[in-house]
Amino acid sequence: MNYSAKVMDHFTNPRNLGTLKNPDGVGEVGNPVCGDLMKIYIKISEKNSQEYIQDIKFQTLGCGSAIATSSMITELARGKTLDQALKISRDDVANELDGLPPAKLHCSNLAADALKKAIKDYQNNK
Amino acid sequence: MSKNVYLDYAATTPIDKQVLKSMLPFLKQNYGNASSLHTPGRKANQAVEKSRATIAHATGMQNKEVIFTSGATESNNLAIKGTFQALNAKFNSLKKLHFITSNIEHHCVLDSFAYLKKKYPKNVEITYLPVNEKGLINPDILAKALKKNTVLISIMMINNEIGTAQPLKKIAQIIKKQKKARSQDQNPMPIYFHSDATQAPSYFSIQCSAYGLDLLTINAHKIYGPKGVGALVIKKGVLIHAINHGGGHEFRKRSGTLNVPGIVGMGKAIELAEKNRDKNIEKITKLRDYFLNQISQKLKRIKVNGSLKKRTPNNINISFLGVEGESLLLLLDKKGIYVSTGSACSSNSLQASHVQLALHNNHLRAHSSIRFTLGKFLLKSDLDYAVQEISKAVNRLRKISQGINQKSECKKS
Repeated sequence: MNYSAKVMDHFTNPRNLGTLKNPDGVGEVGNPVCGDLMKIYIKISEKNSQEYIQDIKFQTLGCGSAIATSSMITELARGKTLDQALKISRDDVANELDGLPPAKLHCSNLAADALKKAIKDYQNNK
Repeated sequence: MSKNVYLDYAATTPIDKQVLKSMLPFLKQNYGNASSLHTPGRKANQAVEKSRATIAHATGMQNKEVIFTSGATESNNLAIKGTFQALNAKFNSLKKLHFITSNIEHHCVLDSFAYLKKKYPKNVEITYLPVNEKGLINPDILAKALKKNTVLISIMMINNEIGTAQPLKKIAQIIKKQKKARSQDQNPMPIYFHSDATQAPSYFSIQCSAYGLDLLTINAHKIYGPKGVGALVIKKGVLIHAINHGGGHEFRKRSGTLNVPGIVGMGKAIELAEKNRDKNIEKITKLRDYFLNQISQKLKRIKVNGSLKKRTPNNINISFLGVEGESLLLLLDKKGIYVSTGSACSSNSLQASHVQLALHNNHLRAHSSIRFTLGKFLLKSDLDYAVQEISKAVNRLRKISQGINQKSECKKS
């Protein structure tokens, strides 16, 4: 199993790790059978009458790529409008990390799903 | 200063200097083919026979009962497929052949059985024995699983992942009774007992008669010998067909030019394992217990997988709850500490270890399991360094997973 240097960087130095006080949305995804569980917290603000992700944090139990994809999505999503953030795909995350090993593309690349879930959580509770 | 601490001796071992020294002449000047009749060939053949005699002595068998192979995978394939082919040819018209194994065997055993079942669905039935939460087979369950058409029981001596030592002697007693009953009933079907003892020789006797074994698998690279060489010990009278055909080497049971340097190295490795066993048991048990003790003092929420009592001295398998195994393996790798994990993420199968799941059926626990296997080149100071770095890495990963609900585990049903 060979990870890219970027995956190893995000795995060993994860960005935006932790929780948010009073988050506006929380998205939790994963499956214990696969061994990867992820939680994304978001804080929403408004600028020019558009809602955007002002702050984002994550917590992850998982393998190297699960942690790296979680870290990467927080970087990709921060500052984005909700519409833009909802468009971030699993492929975008993998590409930004200079690729993932084939076996990892499915099972541990859940961060985009967690982000979507957090945004939906916010929208449902608005 | 960067340090290297290899804690994966169950995967493979570094070669012993004496083993390497014994092999070198057969890679250099004594390059003859052991089947050739000329002087270089005869020299090679003599060396092979010397190694065969060493292994025969260690296993308490005759020289002719030792068959060299390319390793444990081939030996296990030959034991299972070879006996099936021979017995199927003999009894096909009478009955299905029944096999018993355990669900924590190495993949080369499980996959050989799965192959037979798929290829010969009408001729093969297989019982997979469960293990308890300690990773041990219950001989009573095995006794109940026996049928009149059971022809082969294959149970590993030492599990490669959790190190548990199976009750082979008790199983042998059960088989002995079955053999007696069969001779009274005039049931002509033989019943063979095979054990994959790949992980055993450094710490356990491999005398076949002590365990009532008809077939025994061993290899070299797990005991400080070279890779690519192993043996299957086959008791005289066991019906077995070759699965490799060709020049009729190895008493027509395994064709293929003999790996002379490998075989010489294996002989030396077995000789050293026999000679140093008691010393190794004492040294490695102390180191292992020290290691576990230190880890237990430094870290909470850890679970040892498999029985501590019925276990090889060189194995400790721990689940670090709240940590995924591959992550931990990677962080330790960066610190020069080499381990393996039962997490799916380390394999390409996306499945957690079948051994871990057989014990507790708890996926998160399986994913968080790390196997540490020790060997004779380790020092206490290596373990001190490892414990310190393991503790740091576990704490770091637990910080990342903090807040994740880890109770959503699949409990044993």
